[in-house]
Amino acid sequence: MSRLDVRKTYKLYIGGAFPRSESGRSYEVVSATGEFLANAAMGSRKDVRDAVVAARSALAGWSGATPYNRGQVLYRVAEVLEGRRTQFVEEVAASEGSSARAAGAVVDAAIDRVVWYAGWTDKIAQVLGNLNPVAGPFFNVSAPEPTGVVGILAPQGSSLLGLVSVVAPVIASGNTAVVVTSADRPLPAVTFGEVLATSDVPGGVVNIITARTAEVASWLAAHRDVNAIDLTGAAGADGVDWGALEVEAAGNLKRVLRPALADGQPVEPDWSADPGLGRIRAFVETKTVWHPKGL
Amino acid sequence: MVTVSTTTRTAQDLTAQARDVLGVSRLTNHALTSWLHGIPGVDQVGCEARAASLGTRSIKTTSKAWAIDTAIGMIDLTTLEGADTVGKVRSLCAKALVPDPLDPTTPRPAAICVYGDMVATAKAALGDSGIHVAAVATAFPSGRASLPVKLADTRDAVEAGADEIDMVIDRGAFLSGDYLTVFNQIGEVKQACGGAHLKVIMETGELVTYDNVRRASYLSMLAGGDFIKTSTGKVAPAATLPVTLIMLEAVRDWRELTGVQVGVKPAGGIKTTKDAIKYLVMVSEIAGDDWMTPEWFRFGASSLLNDLLLQRQKLATGAYSGADYVTID
Repeated sequence: MSRLDVRKTYKLYIGGAFPRSESGRSYEVVSATGEFLANAAMGSRKDVRDAVVAARSALAGWSGATPYNRGQVLYRVAEVLEGRRTQFVEEVAASEGSSARAAGAVVDAAIDRVVWYAGWTDKIAQVLGNLNPVAGPFFNVSAPEPTGVVGILAPQGSSLLGLVSVVAPVIASGNTAVVVTSADRPLPAVTFGEVLATSDVPGGVVNIITARTAEVASWLAAHRDVNAIDLTGAAGADGVDWGALEVEAAGNLKRVLRPALADGQPVEPDWSADPGLGRIRAFVETKTVWHPKGL
Repeated sequence: MVTVSTTTRTAQDLTAQARDVLGVSRLTNHALTSWLHGIPGVDQVGCEARAASLGTRSIKTTSKAWAIDTAIGMIDLTTLEGADTVGKVRSLCAKALVPDPLDPTTPRPAAICVYGDMVATAKAALGDSGIHVAAVATAFPSGRASLPVKLADTRDAVEAGADEIDMVIDRGAFLSGDYLTVFNQIGEVKQACGGAHLKVIMETGELVTYDNVRRASYLSMLAGGDFIKTSTGKVAPAATLPVTLIMLEAVRDWRELTGVQVGVKPAGGIKTTKDAIKYLVMVSEIAGDDWMTPEWFRFGASSLLNDLLLQRQKLATGAYSGADYVTID
């Protein structure tokens, strides 16, 4: 007797739960070679709104956690990713049309990247902060603090390594995130949500929306309760004008991280390169404090 | 400016009217019990299903804009904390006067609801703006005090200038079947209110059954309450849709029966625009549009106003708004 398939329902990840889209819509996800892979939830603007509410309510707890604790949680994410390596290799290979060997290298790089950012959490203040020299009897200290709720357009091409490379630096410093996944390659992102849900990342710290990028991006960019937006995923997204998004983001003076540009056109960066501190620095605010010196 | 009609009747008038409604020659606890227990019971499943189905209406665009403005105008903006200070009451009044500094077309809430000792402060802060001051009285929220204390509490608030009094019923007496005591206390407080408008808080979360909610509604109306109010906000569950539905049916039927219109005020736990709109749909469907004004329907709320303002901003700007654009209360 043959066994019935137990197929996975790919849903959104909002506030630590896995709801279907509020709109009730879904769309077909196909592999790089055009074969049907799964139906994914097609997120709407209201899903984005709910995700922002979840991210906002998670912010106090996550930004208030010690950097040491955030580092441990991120390291735990890497551990759980490692445990699900086989599943991710399959999903990445199917989504990106790469060989199992190449997909394996991508998954390994993604795990290593999470570990790398996990190590950074309690070193950000030392590197980006400073004890400033001033002409007076004061300590003058500059320290980085998280910007707040960060909207992320995840890269369209690199469905796992790219995703991890944009999410980890945002949450490492204590921000919370609303992530709009690659429109055509959303499946590894949903599975990554399952990893987050089972690795001590508090619900709402990362919220993952699978959607047509052009439909929801402007709602996220214009949302007054979002403090920053990463436009990396505008590169290669159908019908997305990153300049227009930056204009909308100006409505509440959001921090904007522009997509990488080549000849004026947005392109997806090389995710295998050394990430540097740029993405952490983009989503922190520097607070400077004067404190009188006593004897 | 909210106009409120207050019926001033003496205790004798109230009792006489009650005898009339009950069809008895003497108003005894036995007579009240027979009458209240003769009211048809509530179909719990049907009531909850009806409340849930009314909550599914889709209210969008211009209707939503109208509903938001109407709801703002119906709010009794409330602060009832032991830690209330003069400064906090003043800032709440300032918020009532200018709910949204970014948009001067925003309507004002109907009233400020405070403890009795803060009435003078609120009154001074609101001036002649037309926003009412409502005071909770009668040993709010428990109601566990002797009648003279409750009456003194009420008179104190009225003398300080309260336009509306929110009293709590004696739930202990109600639950033990001593309806006459509850009736008499409401009547006495009504006298003590003078020209002030009386809202009777039934604390439905403590009444256990829907049948009791219906009986308490009728008893409060019989005793001369100008408004029936669900809850103090200090007991969970506070206002719920099914309970409000029963109260709206009661005021509708009461007007059929006696010709007297009584208002309804759900209070506690109404935090979002979506919730508020569900209540408005219910008012329209159950009681009718005659109740669709601040004179006859109020929300007892504090955080609801901010959510309504955020939704209002969303409609005005087209972008979702955030907590940075409203005050922190």
